[in-house]
Amino acid sequence: MNIVVLVKQVPDTWAERKLKPADGTLDRASVDGLINELDEYAIEEGLQIAEAQRAAGHEAEVTILTMGPEKAAESIRKALSMGADKAVHLLDDGLAGSDALSTSYALAQVLGAVGFDLVICGSESTDARMGVMAAMLAERLDVPQVSLASKVEIDGSAVRIRRVSEDGYFEVSSTLPAVISVVEKINEPRYPSFKGIMAAKKKPVQTMSLADAGIDLAAVGLGGAATEVVDHTQRPPREAGTIVKDEGDGGVKVAEFLAARKFI
Amino acid sequence: MTEILVLAEHVDDDVKKVTLELITLARRFGEPSVVWTGPGAEQGQARCAEYGAAKVYVAADAAFDDYVVAPAADLLAQLVAEKSPVLVLLAGTAQGKEVAGRLAVKIDSGVLTDAVDLQPGDDGPVAEQSVFGGATIVHSRVRRGTPIVAMRPNAVAPEPEPGPAEISQVSLAADAKGAKVTNRVVAERGERPDLTEASIVVSGGRGTGGAEGFQIIETLADSLNAAVGASRAVTDAGWYPHQFQVGQTGKTVSPQLYMAIGISGAIQHRAGMQTSKTIIAVNKDPEAPIFELADFGVVGDLFKVVPQLLEEIGKRK
Repeated sequence: MNIVVLVKQVPDTWAERKLKPADGTLDRASVDGLINELDEYAIEEGLQIAEAQRAAGHEAEVTILTMGPEKAAESIRKALSMGADKAVHLLDDGLAGSDALSTSYALAQVLGAVGFDLVICGSESTDARMGVMAAMLAERLDVPQVSLASKVEIDGSAVRIRRVSEDGYFEVSSTLPAVISVVEKINEPRYPSFKGIMAAKKKPVQTMSLADAGIDLAAVGLGGAATEVVDHTQRPPREAGTIVKDEGDGGVKVAEFLAARKFI
Repeated sequence: MTEILVLAEHVDDDVKKVTLELITLARRFGEPSVVWTGPGAEQGQARCAEYGAAKVYVAADAAFDDYVVAPAADLLAQLVAEKSPVLVLLAGTAQGKEVAGRLAVKIDSGVLTDAVDLQPGDDGPVAEQSVFGGATIVHSRVRRGTPIVAMRPNAVAPEPEPGPAEISQVSLAADAKGAKVTNRVVAERGERPDLTEASIVVSGGRGTGGAEGFQIIETLADSLNAAVGASRAVTDAGWYPHQFQVGQTGKTVSPQLYMAIGISGAIQHRAGMQTSKTIIAVNKDPEAPIFELADFGVVGDLFKVVPQLLEEIGKRK
């Protein structure tokens, strides 16, 4: 089974994240990057599925696919040290400034070129937080979308998931190939072992350019984006509120505030 | 007349509040046409009419129940081609955003999600988004195709204005395919409002000390007819179910009132609640970052403050 896990490098949530004044794109250079947290669950799920396939006597391989600047190689390395077999890095200056729509086009081109039985991604990235990539890729690749999974079961050439919804969950099934997205806590992502870190250094990472993947330069990057940032500002700090120390009347004070604002 | 498509979110004939918000918002741009998938439209129509829907396109195909996401995107793409709307509005729920994403690919149009406001501009609608844990405000627009915008619930207040809500039957042109739904399980939520739609959210954090301590959060929420939320520390520790996590990797809420009880307010949490209109915090640590956001805060033991608050709410009822 050919499993491709999509990994995005994102700026550290704990760092100060900014948009560049010139074009409103994310300033990725000034902050530390790391694997999008939700993608770690996707990697772990991919590894577990591959392990189960191998245990059942089938061949299985986990490929990491990343689109991003040079620096994203750090995230690829980490994913490989967790246990993925190889990686593809879509790396081209022409991709900078791509929006979700053009990113899905570029990734779909690469996925078409490398082939897959299962594409797995995190349910969203912690920077853009759109949560649309699995849906867009399924549409572009014309395969079932088996997304927002909190549980995944593979049975031969079928996949069955538990899809989280606003008020419970659905059980959803489809045939392979398919695109899966996983939610937080579907599993417990492993830490890379020392052996894993050493082994990762020898694993193949294929770098692909736009031309390699047959991606039309005009359809990606800032120029190819279907959306644009008009302006952006730092949110002004909230007006300082009233903070009181509980002197035995804290609950009454909160009630008074609630009543003054007509909440009670 | 300029037509705006609004994809309705509903449970049977019960129209979700976010849909009424979208219809209200659509009136800024033209005539709202509600797109209703699945059953319940005859009863739901009245609510759509109350908020100014001009039309209700009803597609009752079984595919909407049997398959996830794809049929709704198919139908919207079909209606975009037939009706040439100037804008498509969806709810910024996980499912709404997925439909928006597929539609964007189908009609090669730009999509914006998690908008907290949408205003007419010279070059089409301009969406306001709150990014990076609410630290940055971004205005963006769609520059190709028919703008598709998924609005965060509670972004605008629903305002009634009568409309004809004329029903027009439509049906899916393409055969449904893709991922099939085999079972649906609705979690017991009792009478509590939905977390992302609630006007008031009461959230508890590490300060509650455990599953037992967390019960006071539920009691307070019920006394205010509020939804219950939890910080990541709470859901990670298993004190409260994961689906109630508010924050960067959980739900994003913007209620009228957000009460953070025993929550320190790390960026992970702030990312999910910073756009709340009014924020109240109770925490024993005066240095807790949540106080920087709070309109009103009490430095104290939540197990003293909350019971007293409950008593006061009881007296005032």
